[in-house]
Parts: sequence; structure tokens; C-alpha cells
Amino acid sequence: MTQNANISADLYVTCVIDQLYPEVGVSVVKVLRRLGVTVGFPKEQTCCGQPVYNSGFSKDARTLAKRVLQQFRDSEYVVVPSGSCAATLRVFYLELFAEDPDLLVQAKALSAKTYEFSEFLVNVLKVEDASACGATHQGTVTYHPSCHLMRELGVKSEPKKLLSTVPGLEEKELAGAEICCGFGGTFSVKFPHISEGMVADKIANVQASGADTLVACDMSCLMNMAGALNRQGSDIKVRHLAQILDSESD
Amino acid sequence: MPEIKTQDFSAASIAAINDPKLRRALDRVASGFEVARLDRVAEATPEVWEDWRQQARDIKEHTIEHLDYYLDLLYTNVTAAGGHLHFAKDADQANEIVAHIAQTRGVKVATKSKSMVSEELGLNPVLEAVGVEVWETDLGEYIIQLAEETPSHLVAPALHKSKEDVAELFSEKLGIPYDEDIYHMAATAREVLRDKFMEADLGISGANFIVAETGTLVIITNEGNGRLSTSAPRIHIGITGMEKVIPSMQDLSIFLRLLPQSATGQRITSYVSMITGPRRSDDEDGPEEFHLVLVDNGRSNMLADPALREALYCIRCGACLNICPIYARVGGHAYGWVYPGPIGAVVTPMLVGLKRAKELPQASSLCGACREVCPIKIDIPRMLLDLRKKTAESPDKNLRSAPRIERVLASLYVRLMSGPKLLGMAIRFGRLLQKTERIIPFFSPMTKDGKWIRKAPLPLLSRWTRSRDLPTLPKQTFHDIWNKELSRDDS
Repeated sequence: MTQNANISADLYVTCVIDQLYPEVGVSVVKVLRRLGVTVGFPKEQTCCGQPVYNSGFSKDARTLAKRVLQQFRDSEYVVVPSGSCAATLRVFYLELFAEDPDLLVQAKALSAKTYEFSEFLVNVLKVEDASACGATHQGTVTYHPSCHLMRELGVKSEPKKLLSTVPGLEEKELAGAEICCGFGGTFSVKFPHISEGMVADKIANVQASGADTLVACDMSCLMNMAGALNRQGSDIKVRHLAQILDSESD
Repeated sequence: MPEIKTQDFSAASIAAINDPKLRRALDRVASGFEVARLDRVAEATPEVWEDWRQQARDIKEHTIEHLDYYLDLLYTNVTAAGGHLHFAKDADQANEIVAHIAQTRGVKVATKSKSMVSEELGLNPVLEAVGVEVWETDLGEYIIQLAEETPSHLVAPALHKSKEDVAELFSEKLGIPYDEDIYHMAATAREVLRDKFMEADLGISGANFIVAETGTLVIITNEGNGRLSTSAPRIHIGITGMEKVIPSMQDLSIFLRLLPQSATGQRITSYVSMITGPRRSDDEDGPEEFHLVLVDNGRSNMLADPALREALYCIRCGACLNICPIYARVGGHAYGWVYPGPIGAVVTPMLVGLKRAKELPQASSLCGACREVCPIKIDIPRMLLDLRKKTAESPDKNLRSAPRIERVLASLYVRLMSGPKLLGMAIRFGRLLQKTERIIPFFSPMTKDGKWIRKAPLPLLSRWTRSRDLPTLPKQTFHDIWNKELSRDDS
């Protein structure tokens, strides 16, 4: 595949994938390479700062954000397999550096070239058909649109478009799809009683969908839902969109 | 002001979650409002709806930016219409103004149509203390007045009560046989209240909007009680927040659509009342005196703060409550004061003090659904973040109130994330811990396959594993895999 031979993208892999779900990162790299993208991985990367930013510690968040600005300064594109972390780089950094003109210039440059994985495929690489990534999937899938992906980045149709063109994949509707799964970062441990009620509602809908696999574009939300599903002894599989598109990882 | 219990949010929310009756009430009602709201959006078409929202927001933004001008204009026009405009800097002053009017005019009975600001002021006990009998006449408000409770929703104050609850309450307080037929109960309330409307010397109302160019108070209701309260008694006092002013009658039209459609999904409410001054000499009826009490009570703090100013654009439709997954679980009372839900989590800390209400802005997953449904496009998640920021690191000690442990954890976290080397060491240490735990058999918190932690022995993570499993650390990080295998693929 050579249609994207001139495109190079650096992967911002995110903490959750790096430390808990590295196989998702592998799938992201494989899919991008199959589409002809030259993939880079700035090795000094760690956390984007979202957990401390969301807790109100913006000075601490700036410390981490400055590292990201530095590491991705020369990237052509930055691809993030998480709506939430992509929103941090693209949206929240602009707020974080609003009062620092020099760093704001850098934040704007980063913002302009940062894409969440599914929107990079659909809107930059112009993928019309998921079989272009080599995807096939035998089974039923239901899709949870994660909150930051939908409401901070405005990415709604892209993951659906990709899923709908995976050969063999049958999509099942998820009731209450746009309701938060209850993760919310530190919220999940600050208010566990509320968070676990939210995830209980969510997985009840996932189970009612009749799908054998739950797909989303954020491993942190999926970790929340998978943790609740597993506790209940459910055998519903939980996958990042990239794993479905990669297909080989299953 | 009524008792502030915001500091008990955690305990109150746990109690609420464990209350099956509340759960059923919340499931039933709030989701119905949201379905109806979506019907209205579809009917208008999403494009037109978006256009209305922007128009409404522009009007609010303009008015709040020029609030001094419009309040001045309002004063001129209320006075010109023969009314009296009073400014109250806080709850005590507002209550004093109303009590003074009641006392000097020999008021014995007052009927009230729904007013959240009067709830904010805690007006009823103040009036009762000076010998005035106060009757809430909005059906929901009447129910909670009988039950001696506070509202749990901005537009449906008795949302937390089932019809069975109300039947029991009526039976107990009014001495009538138990009857859970909703029409019968409404008829009972109507019968009781009808006499009071006739007896009352004072009618108290809130205001949904006040029009500066004409000095007009606008209330929208469904029960007709608002019109009776404001026209039958010889005195009418309107009480509202100073942010409710809008420039003109033309501006009003957009809000008359957006407010009911966002609140209950109604195209328009059954009654739209516009009241300008007391009765004229040639009017057949209407009050002899008209007073408008405009309340600050902390709103200047919001006005002065660019990050929180847009909270003053709120028209109290309650759409953000109806969509909020947190409100849906804990209900209104857990928030501990008059204004619940997402907008309450912003407004309450500004009115009662952030230190006392510091938990409210934290109790959100920042999912953003509230912003999506808000008819004024108020960016509630950003304001929650701003309040968190003030809690964490404001130079003002009255605001900064994050627990020391959180501050320590935040800086430790940043240290840990300062580079992949230290992080890598921490992860290897974590894996080691996982191994030791597998060796000690009866302290094994993991599943047999070693993929999940069932019961995390660490303080914060143990909260996660109350009802969810936690994935264990895999053998390699993505960094490891990249270095070993993936980096070579690119040539």
C-alpha cells in the first residue's frame, strides 16, 4: 500500500496502553504501516498530564505538557489512540498555556497536527473501507463512543464508519450509548459508589446489546467497563478499535 | 439562607444511591424530560436549534457584560410603571425587605408561586416568624412544603417523591383517606389552595425573566397558580436574581421557546404571564402594589470572575440535571443546597463558598453531556475544572482547600512521569509486587490466570476493586516492545 507513502506520523501511545495494554499500541502501529504511514515513536514520552489537569493541578500539568510539546515539536502528525488523551493535547493544552504566549504558539502547533486514531484514518488518510487495513472480524460488535472523543473532539461518525466496513463484522446497537461509562479518571476512585453505579448501567446495556465484543477508542474507559464485566463473569470481549482493524491480534 | 449541607456530599450521595425508592423516582422522571426535549430539537431541526442556542447565548452574554446599564434601565421602567424596585445585597437584606413590606401592610396570608431564589433566601421561615402564613401553590412546592423538605430539582421540586409517597403525605397532613390517583390528589391540592388565593393579602412570585425596556416581570407556569398569586392579592412581590434581566421584549421570544422546550419538552408552557407594575386606575383587578426584589447574594462574585461569569447565563431549565449521569444516581438533595446537578455544582460553591462545597465540582466525570443539552451553551465542564483549579492552587486561602495528600500525590505523580527511566523502574517494581502476591496463597488478590486483580491492597486502587477488577501489569510495556521489535520495521 503506497497511497500514504509520504505521510509520517508519530505515535503518542498514552500511559494506559503503554503500561497495561501494549498490544493495542502494536495494533495501531501495524494498521498505520499497512496504510503506508511511516510511524515514529518519540521514546521520552510519558503522561500527557490529564490526571493532574483534571484534578486542578495545572502547574503540575504544565510540567508534563511541556515535555510533550518538546518531544513532538518536529512531528508531521501526532496520532493518539485515545479520545481523552488526544483532547488533552489538542484542546486542553491551549487552555493550559493560554497565558504564556511562547508556549501557546507551540501548543497551537501541536493542536493542529494532533489526531485521534480513528479520525486520522478517516479524515487524513481518507480510509473509506476498513478492509484497506486488512481488517476482518467474525462476530458481533457494539461500540461505546467515549465522552471526550465525542464532545471535546467532535469525533462521532469516524469510528462507526470504520467498523461498518469491516468484512464479517455485525454491529449491534448499544442503548444509552452516549452516556458516560463512569470512568472519569480520578473520579472513579474519588467517588467509587457513583462511578460503579454508572458502569453497572453501562455494562447492563452492553450485555443487552447481544454483542460478543465491546469496542471503543479509549482504553481507560474500556478498562473500566472490562473490569466490571470481568467481575460479573461476563465473557464479552473488550477491544480497542485498532485491534479490530488489525484483526491479527485476536 | 437555608441550611448548607454541601460538605456532606459524599455521605449523602452514598445514602441516596442506597435508597431504592429514590432510584425508581429518578429513573422514571428525568429520562422522560430528556426524551421530550430531544423531540423538540428534532422538530426544530438540529440546525435551527443550534441557531436558537447561539442567539440566546449572545443575548445573555451581552446583558451580563452590560448588567449595570440594564439594571439601571430596569429601575427606570419599573418605577415608571408604578412599581418599586429593591436591590438586596444578600439573603438577610432580601428577607428583611420582604418581611418589612409584609409587616407594614398588615399581611396575614401569603401565597407563593414557584421561586428558586426564595428557596435560596430561606424566605418562608422569615415570613412565618413575623406572623405571616405562607402557602406554596405550585403543586410540587406544595408537596415539599407539607413534607417539610427542600426541592430536589430545578423545575420539578418534588421529583424525588412517588405518587404513593404523596398519597401518604396528603393522608397524614390533610387528614383525608389514602388515594394515590394523581387527578384526585391534584384536585385536593386545588381545593385547599383555592381558598388561600382568596384569603391572601400578599402574592410572592419568582421571575423567569425581567425585561429592562418595559420593566416587565415574566413568569412561565403550567398550573395557573402563578397568575392567581400575582393578581388576586393586594400586594405582589417578585423576587429573583439580578442576572435574570434581559434587554427587550424581542429578546424574550427566543427564551419563551428555549426554556420550556429544554425543561420539560413542552413547546410552550400553559401560562406565560407578563406583569408590568401594579393595577392601573382603569384595570378591573390586580394588586395595588408591585415590588420587585433583585438579589445579589454572591452573584457579584461570579460576575467578577471571567472564568465563572457564564454561570449567570443560566435560565434554570434543569436540562443539565436531566442528562447528568451523576444527578441520575444521587438525586438533588445530595448536593446539599438549593441548586443541584451540574449547574448547581458551579453555582453553589460561588454562593455558599468553595471551601464548604469543594466536593461538588469534583463529583463529575467531566463527560460534557450537560454542555451539549444546555440551551445557552454554558460550558459547565470548563467551570468545574476552573473550580477544581481554584481548590488545588488558588493563591486565595479561602478557596484553596484541596487535601494536602492530593497535592503530595500530584507532585509525586509528576515526578514519576518525568521520564521513561524512573517510570520503567516503578513498573518493574510493580511487577515484582504482583509476583510476591501470587506466592502468598491466602493473600492472593488475583484471578487464577494472573490477568486481573480482584482486591487491590493499595488505598486508592482498593476503591476501584470494590466492584471492578483491575488489569495486572503485563510483562512488557509498549516502550519495551517498540525497542525490541517495532522500531526496526521502519527502514
